[in-house]
Amino acid sequence: MPNNYVGQRVKRTEDPRLIRGLAHYVDDVALPGTLHVTFVRSIYAHAKITGIDTSAARSAPGVVAVYTGQDVAAKIGQVPCASALPDLKVPDHRVLATDKVYFVGHPIAAIVATDKYAARDAVDLLMVDYEELPVVTDVEQAAAGGPVIHEAFGDNIAYKLTSGEGDIDAAFAAADRTVKQRVLHNRLAPIAMEPRGVLARYFPGEEELTIWSSTQIPHLMRTQVALMIGIPENKLRVITPEVGGGFGSKLNVYAEEALLGWISMQLGKPVKWIETRRENMQATIHGRGQVGDVEIAFKNDGTITGLRYSVFADLGAYHQLLTPAIPTLTGLMLSGAYKIPAIQMNIIGCFTNKMATDAYRGAGRPEATYIVERALDLVAAELGVDPAEVRRKNFPSPSEFPFHTATGLDYDSGDYETALNKAQEIVGYAKLREEQKQGRHDGRLIGIGVSTYVEICALGPSQAMPAGGWESATVRIEPTGKVTVLTGASPHGQGQETSFAQIAADQLGVDINDVTVIHGDTGVVQYGIGTFGSRATAVGGTAVYVAIEKLKEKAHKIAAHMLKADASRLSFEGGKYSLQAAAAASATGTSEPVVPVGEAPAGALPEPQTEGKSSLTIQDIALAAHLAKELPPDTEPGLSATYFFEPKNFTFPFGTHIAVVEIDHETGDIKFLRYVAVDDCGRVINPMLVDGQVHGGIVQSIGQAMYEEVVYDEQGQLLTGTLMDYAVPRAKHIPDFELDRTETPSPVNPLGVKGVGEAGTIGATPAIVGAIVDALAPFGVRHLDMPIKPENVWRIISRG
Amino acid sequence: MKKAINLSVNGVSHTDEVEPRMLLVHYLRDVLELTGTHVGCETSLCGACTVMLDGQAVKSCTVFAVQADGSAVTTIEGLAQNGELHPVQEGFWEKHGLQCGYCTPGMIVSAAQLLDRNASPSREEICHGLDGNLCRCTGYQHIIEAVEYAAKKAAGS
Repeated sequence: MPNNYVGQRVKRTEDPRLIRGLAHYVDDVALPGTLHVTFVRSIYAHAKITGIDTSAARSAPGVVAVYTGQDVAAKIGQVPCASALPDLKVPDHRVLATDKVYFVGHPIAAIVATDKYAARDAVDLLMVDYEELPVVTDVEQAAAGGPVIHEAFGDNIAYKLTSGEGDIDAAFAAADRTVKQRVLHNRLAPIAMEPRGVLARYFPGEEELTIWSSTQIPHLMRTQVALMIGIPENKLRVITPEVGGGFGSKLNVYAEEALLGWISMQLGKPVKWIETRRENMQATIHGRGQVGDVEIAFKNDGTITGLRYSVFADLGAYHQLLTPAIPTLTGLMLSGAYKIPAIQMNIIGCFTNKMATDAYRGAGRPEATYIVERALDLVAAELGVDPAEVRRKNFPSPSEFPFHTATGLDYDSGDYETALNKAQEIVGYAKLREEQKQGRHDGRLIGIGVSTYVEICALGPSQAMPAGGWESATVRIEPTGKVTVLTGASPHGQGQETSFAQIAADQLGVDINDVTVIHGDTGVVQYGIGTFGSRATAVGGTAVYVAIEKLKEKAHKIAAHMLKADASRLSFEGGKYSLQAAAAASATGTSEPVVPVGEAPAGALPEPQTEGKSSLTIQDIALAAHLAKELPPDTEPGLSATYFFEPKNFTFPFGTHIAVVEIDHETGDIKFLRYVAVDDCGRVINPMLVDGQVHGGIVQSIGQAMYEEVVYDEQGQLLTGTLMDYAVPRAKHIPDFELDRTETPSPVNPLGVKGVGEAGTIGATPAIVGAIVDALAPFGVRHLDMPIKPENVWRIISRG
Repeated sequence: MKKAINLSVNGVSHTDEVEPRMLLVHYLRDVLELTGTHVGCETSLCGACTVMLDGQAVKSCTVFAVQADGSAVTTIEGLAQNGELHPVQEGFWEKHGLQCGYCTPGMIVSAAQLLDRNASPSREEICHGLDGNLCRCTGYQHIIEAVEYAAKKAAGS
């Protein structure tokens, strides 16, 4: 079938509403009589609550209600954690603190008032008496016996886990050489530009609750919140209107979502809470936060024989939805793009008096790629060979796929060397190395960083996922021929209203403007899993694809019946079922479209006319299927199909990123000279969207590598509590990206797509750090921890 | 005590009584129901709330509504004229200058002011002009290209 749309740069159908300021995010949904909720949050990182005096707040102007932890403890269930690890310690996690607070920002009370200014005023009138307790914010101190956060557990260790295959001790014993390096993964804040927000409205008569929330997982959230507040799941509707970015931070079920729903049920009024940025920094999940040692064993010829990573994972005070699971994803990806016979990861997950960590773009996999790529750079430095050559030496060849790793995965497809070659060619690698050499001679500090990453996407087979890893789609053709796609994925910037419409328009042979993609409303869309883990197109797009195939099977039968021909004599092309050439010759009719369905007169459905015709558009068939006067026997009326796609494996996109930087001797300032990214995300539906995903991901990597860091002081006070203190990259911080691609289709799904949402945050960080370290190699530098700021660099240069 | 204000927003005159502490962004969003202007940080650091106040791009989260008394405000909703997109809006669509769209209204208003002042900015000048606007999705490259597109488009028409 010719592709008019798939593979093309199609402008987004989402954009007209967004660029004109006419889209609706949660805070833009206005319901009459809405009350506003503000939270009183802990100012201490660890303290007993010895008393709460709500009287002044309750009598403040405009205040309607005040709820404390004691008020709701018996009414609202625990904030859920979906990770099931052996012997995992799961602390009580109530929606509001009852007797103790565990981190700065921990919600203590909810104030409901007639307007947001009044609600905010009352926060200052609610008196909380605290008895401060000793605080532990450093993960290694927490593990070593610092103050215990959850007394019932006796220590701060939430779990210990060892993973990996192969004889790791033998690998190290037999190696020619080994290198060991302590590596820090800085704690990051996801900073979706739209903070979280919830609007809840209870209809007492219908006993129905609707929650609008800025979430990536409307259905999973509905299930969990229904359980938490005790409303039947089929009486709860979750709507995610426009969602202003997520990056994993909205792949969660938060206390506020359940509380707002419950409060609306108590008061019988709509209630709204919109997170402030300060709350977002304090009480929306953070990402990364690992510190540990990587050891790599290798032969003198550069062959890697083993890798061991022993790490403390900073989980924060509580588990959010996936908190403990994130470091385990690191363990899965420790083979990187290389043949490593033995791999071991030892995780110690620890509680600290900080906000929980959880999935932030990449979610455990950037940590793995960073560990492996840094280790490969150390091997290259140790052997005095080019870092690109060490990588090339250890790649599996394309014929070795599916490739089994010592972390227990089977990579679907890959051609790592081709991507590396292409990136080296684009950047002019050999010449660059010469320039670097000459530059060093002239006193210039130029560095080249290479990252040949592989990532795990399309999460995932349900066996490997806490709540199902499939995705759903319903595709229906309405009586007027318009195509409606209902996807269980929940896009929030990725552009799937466009890319799924591209898939549908091509498969059905209709104009893309005839397709509407609907998502994010549990009252309208069949159950779905949501958007995260670079899964929406690979899993959700495939569900759309297969649903359409099913729909077409039915349409084909109806077409055959209507054209009075054997189904085997019909072919589908250009949106039409036609009698094949030989058969058409014997037919008497014309091949003109029978009824221009889209142009039907107002108020009248046209009658399908098939007499003497040799072809029918799929839109004609939809009308006939709805009128149901001319259907084959035992055929259901209507033209609609639903499919739940269960992927048999993950997908494994890969690529090569090369960063070139120059460092200013005087200031330590780091400037990008080049940035080349060759990514392979399988088959591409819309290259423009893929480029956008790659750009955005790389810039979040630049943030991690050079600017961003969530900092708590020893008392657990959040020092990076605003965007003044937490440095998100700005336009002036980015290089001029040079992107290219290779295309190795995935055998895991019929579209051949792999996923690209997280590639940039996974592939780029080690290239950037590698480049900075390489620039500083003349000073004996082999590794630097992130974020690498000009000050760190300047100190190294000044030391000489 | 409330105070009467009179201002023009997107060419329409409005008179309202507001609390002196009401922020301009809340006046636009909650009173006038112009919700295209977004709040991203409340501290004038992210730029999602950028509007034009008498031709100057300002962060409406740190301007009081009473400070806009007697002024002319242009919000994202007022940029398109007679159903025709502003060249910057067109550039953002054409060059994929947005993903989640939340920073977009402020980004577009800032870019429009940038082009008002400098019809053919260099890449460096674009980055400087957008320094007060954060985007977490696009990585900025397509935003820069969108502004370049708009500059060319405006020059050609």
